[in-house]
Amino acid sequence: MPSITKPVAAHPSLQRNELGLTIRDYEGSMSTLCAGCGHDSITAAIIRAFWEMSTPPHMIAKLSGIGCSSKTPTYFVGGAHGFNSAHGRMPSIATGAAAANRDLTYIGISGDGDSLSIGIGQMVHAIRRNVRLLYVIENNGVYGLTKGQFSASADVGSKSKRGEPNRMEPIDPVRMALSLGATFIARSFSGDKEQLVPILKAGIAHRGFALVDVISPCVTFNDHEGSTKSYLQTRKHLMQATETDFVPPAREILANISSEGSTSVTMHDGSVVNFRRVPEGYDPTDRSKVTAFLDHHMKTGEVVTGLLYLDESSQDMHELSNSTEVPLAHIPFETLCPGSKVLDEFQEEYR
Amino acid sequence: MHDVLRVPARNQPAVNDFALKLANVNGTGSASANGLLMQAIFRMGIPVTGKNLFPSNIQGLPTWYEIRVNKDGYGARALDYDLMVAMNSQTYVRDVREVRSGGYLMYDSSWPLDPELLRNDVTFLGVPLAKMCNESFAEPRERILMKNIAYAGALCAALDIDMGVVDELLGEKYGRKKALLDSNHKALKLGYNYTRDNFACPLPFHLAKMDANGDKILIDGNTATALGCLYAGATVAAWYPITPSTSVLDAFKALCEKYRRDPDTGKNNFMIIQAEDELSAIGMVLGANWNGARAFTSTAGPGISLMNELIGLAYYAEIPAVIIDVQRVGPSTGMPTRTQQGDVLLSAYASHGDTRHILLFPSSPAECFEFAVKSFDLAEHFQTPVLMLSDLDIGMNDWVIPRLKWDDSFRPDRGKVLTAEELQAMANYFRYSPEDQDHVAARTLPGVDSKGSFFIRGSGHNKLGGYTEIPDEYKEVMDRLKLKHQASAKYVPAPIIHNRPGARFGVLSSGGCDPAVREALDILEERGVPADYLRVRGFPFDKPVEEFLASHEFTFVVEQNRDAQLKALLTLETPVPKEKLRSVLVYGGFPLSARHVVDAILDQIEN
Ligand SMILES: Cc1ncc(C[n+]2csc(CCOP(=O)(O)OP(=O)(O)O)c2C)c(N)n1
Ligand code: SF4
Ligand SMILES: [Mg+2]
Repeated sequence: MPSITKPVAAHPSLQRNELGLTIRDYEGSMSTLCAGCGHDSITAAIIRAFWEMSTPPHMIAKLSGIGCSSKTPTYFVGGAHGFNSAHGRMPSIATGAAAANRDLTYIGISGDGDSLSIGIGQMVHAIRRNVRLLYVIENNGVYGLTKGQFSASADVGSKSKRGEPNRMEPIDPVRMALSLGATFIARSFSGDKEQLVPILKAGIAHRGFALVDVISPCVTFNDHEGSTKSYLQTRKHLMQATETDFVPPAREILANISSEGSTSVTMHDGSVVNFRRVPEGYDPTDRSKVTAFLDHHMKTGEVVTGLLYLDESSQDMHELSNSTEVPLAHIPFETLCPGSKVLDEFQEEYR
Repeated sequence: MHDVLRVPARNQPAVNDFALKLANVNGTGSASANGLLMQAIFRMGIPVTGKNLFPSNIQGLPTWYEIRVNKDGYGARALDYDLMVAMNSQTYVRDVREVRSGGYLMYDSSWPLDPELLRNDVTFLGVPLAKMCNESFAEPRERILMKNIAYAGALCAALDIDMGVVDELLGEKYGRKKALLDSNHKALKLGYNYTRDNFACPLPFHLAKMDANGDKILIDGNTATALGCLYAGATVAAWYPITPSTSVLDAFKALCEKYRRDPDTGKNNFMIIQAEDELSAIGMVLGANWNGARAFTSTAGPGISLMNELIGLAYYAEIPAVIIDVQRVGPSTGMPTRTQQGDVLLSAYASHGDTRHILLFPSSPAECFEFAVKSFDLAEHFQTPVLMLSDLDIGMNDWVIPRLKWDDSFRPDRGKVLTAEELQAMANYFRYSPEDQDHVAARTLPGVDSKGSFFIRGSGHNKLGGYTEIPDEYKEVMDRLKLKHQASAKYVPAPIIHNRPGARFGVLSSGGCDPAVREALDILEERGVPADYLRVRGFPFDKPVEEFLASHEFTFVVEQNRDAQLKALLTLETPVPKEKLRSVLVYGGFPLSARHVVDAILDQIEN
């Protein structure tokens, strides 16, 4: 759908970001999801995060797979290009897009079906390549768009709407990502914007693949009694492990912030992620400690949230491939084509 | 009648006109000896073709290499062998049988030959290769490797291959590795001297220097394809390893490392991604093309099968994509190291729903280069996937072709892409309107201007790009896509037509069939059966193809698959009545020979 240019005259009370844009400038078209769907709350958090980050809308690329969740990129940042791809294939398309233009900010929206079943291979390999991409799984434990089948994230014992229990072990994207060597791993809840927005901002700033698993109840197919991913059950079992602030790169302040303490991490663009509160003995930069912590708390059925792991020192796909700083898509043909003389010389080897 | 028309298999062998076949064991290092022979003959200025008939195996299975020398330049596979070099005891029985009556067989006489295998119409040349190598070399591995060079030496004597040229080639190859160079020379001499001293050398058919190769080159199609992608300005390549296409990416990587590294920063002006599978490889290609880079993937049939879903997405959402399919024998895993033209229909209509794609059919490494460049122009001009259908024979065998040329004034056709200024000057931007004379609408790239922002998708959309489920709106877009595909017929490489006076019928083929068909048509003409020839080079088919079919009483479609896929495509996509088309089908997996074509055509016109 073409973007509709927003009216320039905004209400004077609407705050403006560094680009002089209001939050309205980061909205998209009207949502067509069910009223109360968790995915809409995530959309709202994304809008806020990009606005607060003052990311120029045209420099954002939004990608998604297929599912209710994957429809949501139309509902935020209308001024950004979007790609609603095929079921489970967003990671590869985002990888190719990121390869072509390293200057854009990439956000990929997926569902638990899209990411943990049909697209699990692609997600795993995008993590492995450390593609610079904020990857949001809008996790509701079901296939919303195909009307309520269990997804691979459904918990053991969770009941379908018809009362059937799920018996298979769930795939936990957070612990999977930890074991895969992902460099930014977070979990949140669609109902907790306070927590989600700073996480998304840190994910946007992250140099590499930022996985954000957001529990996002499906009011139509998975919000009933017996479901472990209902609003009620999720709220009841939330365990907010870490609390973070995102401090944008403001030159004057920067000098004062220490990046040494284990509780604050300086991102490559100079912004800082401050771990305001972490559990006793927890270190969000120590993979084995985070793993042990999650293993322990998962057993008790708690939904552990927060920015759980962060490694800002690993190289992203472009650094790993030694690619040029200029977006590949912008290199002029004259530079790319070696010309007739080279072709002639080259063929001497084939004589 | 039949006997009068039937051609002899081939003329008697003569100087610069014969075929030899080398039977080896895979993984024993025979490839470098065989390559050396090919290259030496090529350097002697004599037209030559080499076909590597290799197994899907790393070590141990039989492998053959055929060399055909033909002063007139016929380059198709020969089916009868004047000289067999039988170096594989596993296939010995079969190899002895394949020598033509009156021919020669060279074998390793270190061990006695089973008398049952002798043929009295064949001359046996026993050279004690293993024995000589064991006496001259200490290392077991070296003994095995040098046995190959020793038979190359024996062939130099038997066929009068210019030793000066061979020395020169060895020097180029091992110049800096003195020890290796010495071993090679020693082995070469062992074979050469023994053969010269024990047999009447050279054999009645042998080589004599010519000047037929001018500034031609000897190159495989996959390297030429990679060169085309380099010259087209492709910056992103995503692939998953598969025979016989792997060497496209191997070559592309080597080329990029040489010619695409920024001299100042040492950074890469390219990215090659080895994907986790072909589903991802094509996804990456779509993502990169959507974002304005020229990106391609290279694969074989199994990869095309996997890519189907996203090929349809690219078609419907109108995203450029270049897909190189180096065809091999299907279905399923089939015979991965054997050649076929089995992906024609799959490629023409890849993906579910109404889809149709632009196809290019290169017939040689020269066209691999040319068409690879063309593929990117077509993909971007028409905002659609383009599949270039090469095959194992073209892709992995070395062919003698005219030197590749590049016009420095060439500028790519990047298609209709709006700039920020153009967008700013517009009242509104709609992705799929207005369309131009080719039924293409302008696209915009991410990162350029918010006014051009668009949410591209594979779901139903109307001509403005909005989501739709309304029948007329959906159909309007689908109908335009069909017209757009039709419009591309004028842009794909035109068919090559060769008419002959008195032709009674037409022959049509594509791709790697070409050398065999051209040779067959000359033979047929000599036999009093002239035929016109059309080689299609692209799909959709343009008027000349229709006219050719219409103007002949009947046309033989020569192709390398069981189901007459090209013929089927012609029936579906041109007005030609089915009855006017006949088939010549050769699909066992080895490259086509003129004899296949001549025999099949004669059989059918006589019956
Ligand atoms: C290849 C393919 N198979 C099946 C489907 C059908 N399909 C559409 S959405 C979906 C599941 C979506 O579930 P999820 O990713 O969890 O998203 P949600 O709707 O729950 O947000 C399925 C199976 C499809 N679109 N493509
Ligand atoms: S079906 Fe569920 S996931 Fe889909 S929109 Fe409705 S509430 Fe959301
Ligand atoms: Mg879901």
